[in-house]
Amino acid sequence: MSFFGITRATLTKDVRLEWRSKDAINAMLFFSLLVVVIFSFSFDPTAEESRRIAGGLVWVAFLFAAIVALNQTWARELRNQVLDAYRVSPAPANALFLAKAFGNFIFVTVLEALMTPLFIVFYKLRALGPTWELLPIAALGTWALVVNGTFFAAISLRTRSREIMLPLLLFPISIPALLGMVNATTAILTGEGSARFWIALLVAYDVVFTIACLLLFETVLEAE
Amino acid sequence: MNYLYAAYVATWVIHGTYLAILVRKYSKIRRETESLKK
Amino acid sequence: MKRGFSILAIVTALLLSFALYEALIAAPTERTMGDVQRIFYYHVPSAWTAFVLFLINFVASVVFLIRRDTKADILALVTAEVGVVFCTVVLATGPIWARPVWGIWWTWDLRLTLTLVLWLIYVSYLVLRRFSASSQTPVLAAVLAIFGALDVPLVYFSIWFFRTQHPSPVIGGGGSLDPRMAHVLLINWAAFLCLAWLVCWTRYRLEVVEREVEEAQALESLLEDSR
Repeated sequence: MSFFGITRATLTKDVRLEWRSKDAINAMLFFSLLVVVIFSFSFDPTAEESRRIAGGLVWVAFLFAAIVALNQTWARELRNQVLDAYRVSPAPANALFLAKAFGNFIFVTVLEALMTPLFIVFYKLRALGPTWELLPIAALGTWALVVNGTFFAAISLRTRSREIMLPLLLFPISIPALLGMVNATTAILTGEGSARFWIALLVAYDVVFTIACLLLFETVLEAE
Repeated sequence: MNYLYAAYVATWVIHGTYLAILVRKYSKIRRETESLKK
Repeated sequence: MKRGFSILAIVTALLLSFALYEALIAAPTERTMGDVQRIFYYHVPSAWTAFVLFLINFVASVVFLIRRDTKADILALVTAEVGVVFCTVVLATGPIWARPVWGIWWTWDLRLTLTLVLWLIYVSYLVLRRFSASSQTPVLAAVLAIFGALDVPLVYFSIWFFRTQHPSPVIGGGGSLDPRMAHVLLINWAAFLCLAWLVCWTRYRLEVVEREVEEAQALESLLEDSR
Protein backbone atom coordinates (compact mmCIF):
# COMPACT_ATOMS: atom_id res chain seq x y z
CA MET A 1 0.00 0.00 0.00
CA SER A 2 1.32 3.41 -0.88
CA PHE A 3 2.40 5.96 1.71
CA PHE A 4 -0.63 8.18 1.29
CA GLY A 5 -2.81 5.12 1.02
CA ILE A 6 -1.77 4.09 4.50
CA THR A 7 -2.21 7.62 5.78
CA ARG A 8 -5.69 7.88 4.38
CA ALA A 9 -6.70 4.43 5.60
CA THR A 10 -5.53 5.14 9.14
CA LEU A 11 -7.18 8.53 9.11
CA THR A 12 -10.51 7.16 7.89
CA LYS A 13 -10.41 4.41 10.47
CA ASP A 14 -9.74 6.92 13.25
CA VAL A 15 -12.50 9.25 12.14
CA ARG A 16 -14.96 6.39 11.86
CA LEU A 17 -14.05 5.05 15.31
CA GLU A 18 -14.35 8.48 16.89
CA TRP A 19 -17.67 9.05 15.21
CA ARG A 20 -19.02 5.75 16.52
CA SER A 21 -17.95 6.38 20.08
CA LYS A 22 -19.47 9.84 20.22
CA ASP A 23 -18.97 9.99 23.99
CA ALA A 24 -15.46 11.31 23.75
CA ILE A 25 -16.36 13.88 21.11
CA ASN A 26 -19.37 15.10 23.03
CA ALA A 27 -17.38 15.43 26.23
CA MET A 28 -14.75 17.50 24.45
CA LEU A 29 -17.32 19.68 22.69
CA PHE A 30 -18.93 20.39 26.02
CA PHE A 31 -15.54 21.14 27.56
CA SER A 32 -14.83 23.67 24.79
CA LEU A 33 -18.17 25.30 25.43
CA LEU A 34 -17.41 25.50 29.14
CA VAL A 35 -14.07 27.14 28.44
CA VAL A 36 -15.72 29.87 26.39
CA VAL A 37 -18.34 30.51 29.04
CA ILE A 38 -15.86 30.62 31.91
CA PHE A 39 -13.67 33.07 30.00
CA SER A 40 -16.69 35.22 29.27
CA PHE A 41 -17.55 35.38 32.94
CA SER A 42 -13.98 36.15 33.89
CA PHE A 43 -13.34 38.91 31.35
CA ASP A 44 -16.18 41.24 30.56
CA PRO A 45 -14.71 44.02 28.48
CA THR A 46 -16.32 46.70 26.36
CA ALA A 47 -16.52 46.12 22.62
CA GLU A 48 -13.48 48.30 22.05
CA GLU A 49 -11.38 46.52 24.65
CA SER A 50 -12.59 43.10 23.66
CA ARG A 51 -11.14 43.47 20.21
CA ARG A 52 -7.73 43.96 21.76
CA ILE A 53 -7.82 41.00 24.08
CA ALA A 54 -10.04 38.58 22.17
CA GLY A 55 -7.10 37.34 20.10
CA GLY A 56 -5.34 36.12 23.22
CA LEU A 57 -8.46 34.76 24.88
CA VAL A 58 -9.61 32.83 21.87
CA TRP A 59 -6.28 31.16 21.27
CA VAL A 60 -5.76 30.26 24.92
CA ALA A 61 -9.20 28.68 24.88
CA PHE A 62 -8.34 26.81 21.66
CA LEU A 63 -5.09 25.69 23.25
CA PHE A 64 -6.85 24.13 26.22
CA ALA A 65 -9.37 22.40 23.99
CA ALA A 66 -6.53 21.13 21.79
CA ILE A 67 -4.68 19.67 24.78
CA VAL A 68 -7.75 17.66 25.73
CA ALA A 69 -7.96 16.27 22.20
CA LEU A 70 -4.21 15.67 21.90
CA ASN A 71 -3.95 13.77 25.15
CA GLN A 72 -5.95 10.88 23.81
CA THR A 73 -4.15 10.71 20.45
CA TRP A 74 -2.35 7.50 21.10
CA ALA A 75 -4.63 6.05 23.76
CA ARG A 76 -6.30 3.54 21.47
CA GLU A 77 -2.98 2.46 19.93
CA LEU A 78 -1.52 1.97 23.36
CA ARG A 79 -4.46 -0.09 24.53
CA ASN A 80 -4.32 -2.45 21.59
CA GLN A 81 -0.56 -2.75 21.19
CA VAL A 82 -0.80 -1.27 17.74
CA LEU A 83 2.53 0.55 18.11
CA ASP A 84 4.42 -2.73 18.39
CA ALA A 85 2.78 -3.87 15.19
CA TYR A 86 3.88 -0.68 13.47
CA ARG A 87 7.40 -1.14 14.66
CA VAL A 88 7.75 -4.52 12.99
CA SER A 89 5.76 -3.76 9.85
CA PRO A 90 7.49 -2.30 6.80
CA ALA A 91 4.91 0.50 6.75
CA PRO A 92 6.60 3.89 7.10
CA ALA A 93 6.08 5.31 10.58
CA ASN A 94 5.43 8.73 9.10
CA ALA A 95 2.22 7.54 7.52
CA LEU A 96 0.93 6.77 10.98
CA PHE A 97 2.13 10.12 12.30
CA LEU A 98 0.52 12.11 9.49
CA ALA A 99 -2.74 10.26 9.89
CA LYS A 100 -2.79 11.04 13.60
CA ALA A 101 -1.80 14.66 13.02
CA PHE A 102 -4.46 15.18 10.34
CA GLY A 103 -7.02 13.51 12.54
CA ASN A 104 -6.18 15.83 15.40
CA PHE A 105 -6.23 18.79 13.02
CA ILE A 106 -9.71 17.96 11.83
CA PHE A 107 -10.92 17.40 15.36
CA VAL A 108 -9.45 20.60 16.83
CA THR A 109 -10.80 22.58 13.86
CA VAL A 110 -14.26 21.24 14.64
CA LEU A 111 -13.85 22.38 18.24
CA GLU A 112 -12.70 25.81 17.07
CA ALA A 113 -15.64 26.07 14.68
CA LEU A 114 -17.93 25.45 17.60
CA MET A 115 -16.23 27.89 19.96
CA THR A 116 -15.81 30.79 17.54
CA PRO A 117 -19.47 31.79 17.10
CA LEU A 118 -19.87 31.68 20.87
CA PHE A 119 -16.92 34.00 21.33
CA ILE A 120 -18.28 36.35 18.69
CA VAL A 121 -21.60 36.49 20.49
CA PHE A 122 -20.29 36.81 24.03
CA TYR A 123 -17.70 39.41 23.17
CA LYS A 124 -19.66 41.21 20.44
CA LEU A 125 -16.72 40.76 18.14
CA ARG A 126 -16.46 42.37 14.75
CA ALA A 127 -13.26 42.40 12.78
CA LEU A 128 -12.03 45.77 11.61
CA GLY A 129 -9.35 44.33 9.39
CA PRO A 130 -9.50 41.86 6.47
CA THR A 131 -11.62 39.09 7.99
CA TRP A 132 -10.74 36.44 5.41
CA GLU A 133 -7.16 36.46 6.70
CA LEU A 134 -8.42 34.83 9.87
CA LEU A 135 -8.86 31.54 8.02
CA PRO A 136 -5.20 30.97 7.08
CA ILE A 137 -4.22 32.17 10.57
CA ALA A 138 -6.54 29.63 12.16
CA ALA A 139 -5.32 26.85 9.90
CA LEU A 140 -1.63 27.62 10.35
CA GLY A 141 -1.98 28.13 14.08
CA THR A 142 -3.97 24.96 14.60
CA TRP A 143 -1.49 22.95 12.57
CA ALA A 144 1.38 24.39 14.63
CA LEU A 145 -0.26 23.16 17.83
CA VAL A 146 -1.38 19.86 16.42
CA VAL A 147 1.80 18.75 14.67
CA ASN A 148 3.98 19.27 17.73
CA GLY A 149 1.21 18.11 20.04
CA THR A 150 0.85 14.78 18.25
CA PHE A 151 4.62 14.35 18.32
CA PHE A 152 5.01 15.19 22.00
CA ALA A 153 2.05 12.98 22.86
CA ALA A 154 4.11 10.12 21.43
CA ILE A 155 7.16 11.16 23.47
CA SER A 156 5.07 11.33 26.63
CA LEU A 157 3.64 7.85 26.21
CA ARG A 158 5.98 6.17 28.62
CA THR A 159 6.28 8.90 31.22
CA ARG A 160 4.71 9.19 34.62
CA SER A 161 1.89 11.75 34.66
CA ARG A 162 1.49 11.46 30.93
CA GLU A 163 -1.39 13.94 30.76
CA ILE A 164 0.58 16.75 32.35
CA MET A 165 3.78 15.95 30.46
CA LEU A 166 2.19 16.80 27.11
CA PRO A 167 1.28 20.44 27.87
CA LEU A 168 4.50 20.79 29.83
CA LEU A 169 6.53 19.93 26.74
CA LEU A 170 4.24 21.60 24.21
CA PHE A 171 3.71 25.04 25.73
CA PRO A 172 7.30 26.34 25.86
CA ILE A 173 8.10 25.18 22.33
CA SER A 174 4.85 26.65 21.04
CA ILE A 175 5.52 30.15 22.35
CA PRO A 176 6.58 31.67 19.01
CA ALA A 177 3.58 30.11 17.31
CA LEU A 178 1.31 31.41 20.07
CA LEU A 179 2.73 34.89 19.69
CA GLY A 180 2.07 34.57 15.98
CA MET A 181 -1.52 33.35 16.31
CA VAL A 182 -2.51 35.84 18.97
CA ASN A 183 -0.90 38.90 17.41
CA ALA A 184 -2.11 38.07 13.92
CA THR A 185 -5.67 37.64 15.19
CA THR A 186 -5.48 40.85 17.21
CA ALA A 187 -4.14 42.72 14.17
CA ILE A 188 -7.13 41.57 12.12
CA LEU A 189 -9.67 42.30 14.83
CA THR A 190 -8.41 45.75 15.70
CA GLY A 191 -7.47 46.62 12.15
CA GLU A 192 -4.25 48.07 13.49
CA GLY A 193 -0.99 46.83 12.08
CA SER A 194 -0.51 44.10 9.57
CA ALA A 195 -0.75 40.41 10.27
CA ARG A 196 1.68 39.69 7.43
CA PHE A 197 4.78 39.22 9.55
CA TRP A 198 2.97 36.94 11.98
CA ILE A 199 1.53 34.84 9.17
CA ALA A 200 5.02 34.50 7.70
CA LEU A 201 6.30 33.46 11.12
CA LEU A 202 3.56 30.86 11.43
CA VAL A 203 4.40 29.49 8.00
CA ALA A 204 8.08 29.26 8.96
CA TYR A 205 7.18 27.58 12.26
CA ASP A 206 4.89 25.07 10.57
CA VAL A 207 7.45 24.20 7.90
CA VAL A 208 10.33 23.78 10.35
CA PHE A 209 8.44 21.63 12.79
CA THR A 210 6.53 19.55 10.28
CA ILE A 211 9.85 18.56 8.73
CA ALA A 212 11.38 17.95 12.16
CA CYS A 213 8.46 15.75 13.22
CA LEU A 214 8.55 13.74 10.01
CA LEU A 215 12.32 13.23 10.26
CA LEU A 216 12.33 12.25 13.92
CA PHE A 217 9.07 10.35 14.42
CA GLU A 218 10.60 7.04 13.41
CA THR A 219 13.30 7.55 16.07
CA VAL A 220 10.69 8.24 18.72
CA LEU A 221 8.59 5.25 17.69
CA GLU A 222 11.61 2.95 17.90
CA ALA A 223 12.45 4.37 21.30
CA GLU A 224 9.15 3.62 22.92
CA MET B 1 22.88 50.59 45.79
CA ASN B 2 21.10 47.88 47.69
CA TYR B 3 19.81 46.56 44.40
CA LEU B 4 23.34 46.12 43.16
CA TYR B 5 24.34 43.97 46.11
CA ALA B 6 21.03 42.11 45.97
CA ALA B 7 21.77 41.11 42.38
CA TYR B 8 25.28 39.92 43.12
CA VAL B 9 24.17 38.06 46.23
CA ALA B 10 21.28 36.47 44.34
CA THR B 11 23.70 35.25 41.69
CA TRP B 12 25.88 33.48 44.21
CA VAL B 13 22.93 32.13 46.17
CA ILE B 14 21.66 30.49 43.00
CA HIS B 15 25.05 29.02 42.11
CA GLY B 16 25.57 28.02 45.74
CA THR B 17 22.23 26.22 45.88
CA TYR B 18 23.06 24.16 42.83
CA LEU B 19 26.48 23.29 44.20
CA ALA B 20 24.88 22.31 47.52
CA ILE B 21 22.57 19.98 45.61
CA LEU B 22 25.59 18.44 43.92
CA VAL B 23 27.35 17.99 47.26
CA ARG B 24 24.30 16.24 48.67
CA LYS B 25 24.14 13.92 45.66
CA TYR B 26 27.82 13.21 46.08
CA SER B 27 27.46 12.19 49.74
CA LYS B 28 24.54 9.97 48.83
CA ILE B 29 26.58 8.24 46.16
CA ARG B 30 29.43 7.87 48.63
CA ARG B 31 27.14 6.04 51.05
CA GLU B 32 25.77 3.83 48.33
CA THR B 33 29.19 2.80 47.08
CA GLU B 34 30.14 1.91 50.65
CA SER B 35 27.07 -0.28 51.06
CA LEU B 36 27.76 -1.95 47.73
CA LYS B 37 31.32 -2.78 48.68
CA LYS B 38 30.11 -4.83 51.65
CA MET C 1 42.60 14.50 35.09
CA LYS C 2 42.59 15.41 38.73
CA ARG C 3 45.42 17.90 38.19
CA GLY C 4 43.57 19.56 35.34
CA PHE C 5 40.53 19.90 37.53
CA SER C 6 42.49 21.52 40.36
CA ILE C 7 44.16 23.94 37.96
CA LEU C 8 40.78 24.89 36.51
CA ALA C 9 39.38 25.39 40.00
CA ILE C 10 42.20 27.73 40.95
CA VAL C 11 42.00 29.66 37.68
CA THR C 12 38.24 30.00 38.11
CA ALA C 13 38.53 31.29 41.64
CA LEU C 14 41.17 33.82 40.62
CA LEU C 15 39.29 34.97 37.55
CA LEU C 16 36.02 35.35 39.46
CA SER C 17 37.68 37.42 42.17
CA PHE C 18 39.44 39.61 39.66
CA ALA C 19 36.28 39.98 37.60
CA LEU C 20 34.33 40.94 40.71
CA TYR C 21 36.87 43.62 41.56
CA GLU C 22 36.75 44.97 38.03
CA ALA C 23 32.97 45.02 38.00
CA LEU C 24 32.45 46.66 41.37
CA ILE C 25 35.43 48.97 41.63
CA ALA C 26 37.55 49.36 38.52
CA ALA C 27 34.81 49.79 35.95
CA PRO C 28 33.70 53.37 35.33
CA THR C 29 30.37 54.43 36.78
CA GLU C 30 27.62 54.79 34.26
CA ARG C 31 26.28 58.29 33.79
CA THR C 32 22.53 57.82 33.82
CA MET C 33 21.99 54.73 35.95
CA GLY C 34 24.82 55.02 38.43
CA ASP C 35 26.23 52.06 40.28
CA VAL C 36 23.19 49.87 39.73
CA GLN C 37 24.35 49.48 36.15
CA ARG C 38 27.13 47.23 37.44
CA ILE C 39 24.57 44.43 37.60
CA PHE C 40 25.15 44.38 33.85
CA TYR C 41 28.51 42.68 34.41
CA TYR C 42 26.80 39.67 35.95
CA HIS C 43 23.53 39.73 34.01
CA VAL C 44 24.88 39.71 30.44
CA PRO C 45 27.78 37.22 30.80
CA SER C 46 25.45 34.79 32.57
CA ALA C 47 23.09 34.97 29.60
CA TRP C 48 25.91 34.41 27.12
CA THR C 49 27.22 31.49 29.17
CA ALA C 50 23.76 29.91 29.25
CA PHE C 51 23.50 30.26 25.46
CA VAL C 52 26.89 28.60 25.01
CA LEU C 53 25.85 25.72 27.29
CA PHE C 54 22.59 25.20 25.40
CA LEU C 55 24.49 25.22 22.12
CA ILE C 56 26.72 22.46 23.48
CA ASN C 57 23.58 20.62 24.58
CA PHE C 58 22.24 20.79 21.02
CA VAL C 59 25.46 19.46 19.50
CA ALA C 60 25.74 16.72 22.13
CA SER C 61 22.12 15.67 21.49
CA VAL C 62 22.69 15.43 17.74
CA VAL C 63 25.89 13.46 18.26
CA PHE C 64 24.05 11.15 20.62
CA LEU C 65 21.27 10.45 18.14
CA ILE C 66 23.79 9.60 15.46
CA ARG C 67 26.37 7.68 17.49
CA ARG C 68 24.36 6.61 20.55
CA ASP C 69 27.43 7.39 22.62
CA THR C 70 26.63 7.59 26.35
CA LYS C 71 29.24 10.30 26.87
CA ALA C 72 27.30 12.59 24.56
CA ASP C 73 24.12 11.88 26.48
CA ILE C 74 25.71 12.74 29.82
CA LEU C 75 27.19 15.91 28.34
CA ALA C 76 23.74 16.91 27.10
CA LEU C 77 22.21 16.36 30.53
CA VAL C 78 24.97 18.23 32.31
CA THR C 79 24.95 21.29 30.04
CA ALA C 80 21.16 21.49 30.25
CA GLU C 81 21.26 21.53 34.06
CA VAL C 82 24.05 24.07 34.37
CA GLY C 83 22.48 26.12 31.58
CA VAL C 84 19.24 26.31 33.55
CA VAL C 85 21.20 27.50 36.60
CA PHE C 86 22.78 30.33 34.60
CA CYS C 87 19.40 31.16 33.06
CA THR C 88 17.96 31.44 36.55
CA VAL C 89 20.69 33.93 37.40
CA VAL C 90 19.77 36.03 34.35
CA LEU C 91 16.08 35.93 35.29
CA ALA C 92 16.89 36.97 38.85
CA THR C 93 19.33 39.77 38.05
CA GLY C 94 17.20 41.20 35.24
CA PRO C 95 14.23 42.24 37.39
CA ILE C 96 16.54 43.38 40.19
CA TRP C 97 18.10 45.71 37.65
CA ALA C 98 14.85 46.76 36.03
CA ARG C 99 13.20 47.77 39.28
CA PRO C 100 15.43 50.69 40.34
CA VAL C 101 16.05 51.82 36.77
CA TRP C 102 12.59 51.57 35.24
CA GLY C 103 10.36 51.17 38.28
CA ILE C 104 8.95 47.88 37.04
CA TRP C 105 9.94 44.32 37.87
CA TRP C 106 9.53 42.87 34.42
CA THR C 107 9.93 44.06 30.87
CA TRP C 108 9.57 42.22 27.58
CA ASP C 109 13.16 43.02 26.83
CA LEU C 110 14.53 40.79 24.08
CA ARG C 111 17.28 39.14 26.09
CA LEU C 112 15.15 38.67 29.20
CA THR C 113 12.20 37.21 27.32
CA LEU C 114 14.38 34.95 25.23
CA THR C 115 16.05 33.73 28.42
CA LEU C 116 12.66 33.06 29.99
CA VAL C 117 11.55 30.95 27.05
CA LEU C 118 14.85 29.06 27.01
CA TRP C 119 14.52 28.47 30.71
CA LEU C 120 11.05 27.01 30.15
CA ILE C 121 12.19 24.80 27.28
CA TYR C 122 15.17 23.37 29.13
CA VAL C 123 13.29 22.90 32.38
CA SER C 124 10.75 20.87 30.40
CA TYR C 125 13.71 18.91 29.00
CA LEU C 126 14.92 18.16 32.54
CA VAL C 127 11.39 17.20 33.63
CA LEU C 128 11.14 14.77 30.72
CA ARG C 129 14.41 13.16 31.77
CA ARG C 130 13.16 12.84 35.34
CA PHE C 131 9.68 11.58 34.55
CA SER C 132 10.34 9.30 31.63
CA ALA C 133 10.20 5.68 32.70
CA SER C 134 11.53 4.29 29.45
CA SER C 135 14.99 2.84 29.00
CA GLN C 136 15.21 4.96 25.89
CA THR C 137 14.89 8.25 27.77
CA PRO C 138 18.20 9.59 26.40
CA VAL C 139 16.90 9.23 22.85
CA LEU C 140 13.62 11.00 23.63
CA ALA C 141 15.46 13.74 25.50
CA ALA C 142 17.86 14.24 22.58
CA VAL C 143 14.92 14.62 20.21
CA LEU C 144 13.34 17.18 22.52
CA ALA C 145 16.63 19.08 22.74
CA ILE C 146 16.73 19.31 18.95
CA PHE C 147 13.19 20.65 18.87
CA GLY C 148 14.15 23.19 21.50
CA ALA C 149 17.18 24.31 19.53
CA LEU C 150 15.15 24.62 16.32
CA ASP C 151 12.71 26.78 18.23
CA VAL C 152 15.32 29.32 19.31
CA PRO C 153 15.56 31.40 16.11
CA LEU C 154 11.77 31.40 15.86
CA VAL C 155 11.50 32.60 19.44
CA TYR C 156 14.07 35.29 18.75
CA PHE C 157 12.30 36.68 15.71
CA SER C 158 8.85 36.52 17.24
CA ILE C 159 9.97 38.44 20.33
CA TRP C 160 11.97 40.90 18.20
CA PHE C 161 8.96 41.78 16.10
CA PHE C 162 6.68 41.83 19.12
CA ARG C 163 8.99 44.38 20.71
CA THR C 164 9.02 46.63 17.66
CA GLN C 165 5.23 46.75 17.97
CA HIS C 166 5.21 47.06 21.76
CA PRO C 167 8.39 48.90 22.62
CA SER C 168 9.58 48.41 26.16
CA PRO C 169 12.63 49.34 28.21
CA VAL C 170 15.84 47.73 27.14
CA ILE C 171 17.82 46.24 29.95
CA GLY C 172 21.47 46.63 29.24
CA GLY C 173 21.58 49.89 27.35
CA GLY C 174 20.92 49.66 23.66
CA GLY C 175 23.62 52.04 22.56
CA SER C 176 27.32 51.55 22.02
CA LEU C 177 29.49 50.42 24.84
CA ASP C 178 32.37 52.27 26.45
CA PRO C 179 35.47 50.16 25.67
CA ARG C 180 36.45 50.03 29.33
CA MET C 181 33.05 48.56 30.13
CA ALA C 182 33.35 46.08 27.28
CA HIS C 183 36.67 45.02 28.75
CA VAL C 184 35.15 44.32 32.17
CA LEU C 185 32.23 42.55 30.52
CA LEU C 186 34.54 40.17 28.70
CA ILE C 187 36.56 39.44 31.83
CA ASN C 188 33.41 38.50 33.67
CA TRP C 189 32.32 36.36 30.77
CA ALA C 190 35.61 34.50 30.80
CA ALA C 191 35.25 33.96 34.54
CA PHE C 192 31.72 32.61 34.19
CA LEU C 193 32.71 30.33 31.34
CA CYS C 194 35.41 28.84 33.55
CA LEU C 195 32.89 28.44 36.35
CA ALA C 196 30.49 26.73 33.97
CA TRP C 197 33.25 24.41 32.78
CA LEU C 198 34.21 23.57 36.36
CA VAL C 199 30.63 22.86 37.45
CA CYS C 200 29.89 20.84 34.32
CA TRP C 201 33.00 18.77 34.86
CA THR C 202 31.95 18.07 38.45
CA ARG C 203 28.40 17.18 37.45
CA TYR C 204 29.68 14.99 34.63
CA ARG C 205 31.85 12.93 36.96
CA LEU C 206 28.99 12.68 39.43
CA GLU C 207 26.62 11.40 36.73
CA VAL C 208 29.11 8.79 35.56
CA VAL C 209 29.46 7.45 39.10
CA GLU C 210 25.70 7.57 39.69
CA ARG C 211 25.07 5.49 36.58
CA GLU C 212 27.71 2.96 37.55
CA VAL C 213 26.22 2.62 41.02
CA GLU C 214 22.74 2.21 39.55
CA GLU C 215 23.98 -0.57 37.30
CA ALA C 216 25.75 -2.26 40.17
CA GLN C 217 22.65 -2.06 42.32
CA ALA C 218 20.50 -3.50 39.56
CA LEU C 219 22.96 -6.32 39.09
CA GLU C 220 23.04 -6.99 42.80
CA SER C 221 19.26 -7.22 43.09
CA LEU C 222 19.21 -9.53 40.08
CA LEU C 223 21.73 -11.83 41.73
CA GLU C 224 19.82 -11.79 45.00
CA ASP C 225 16.58 -12.69 43.25
CA SER C 226 18.14 -15.63 41.51
CA ARG C 227 19.37 -17.16 44.75
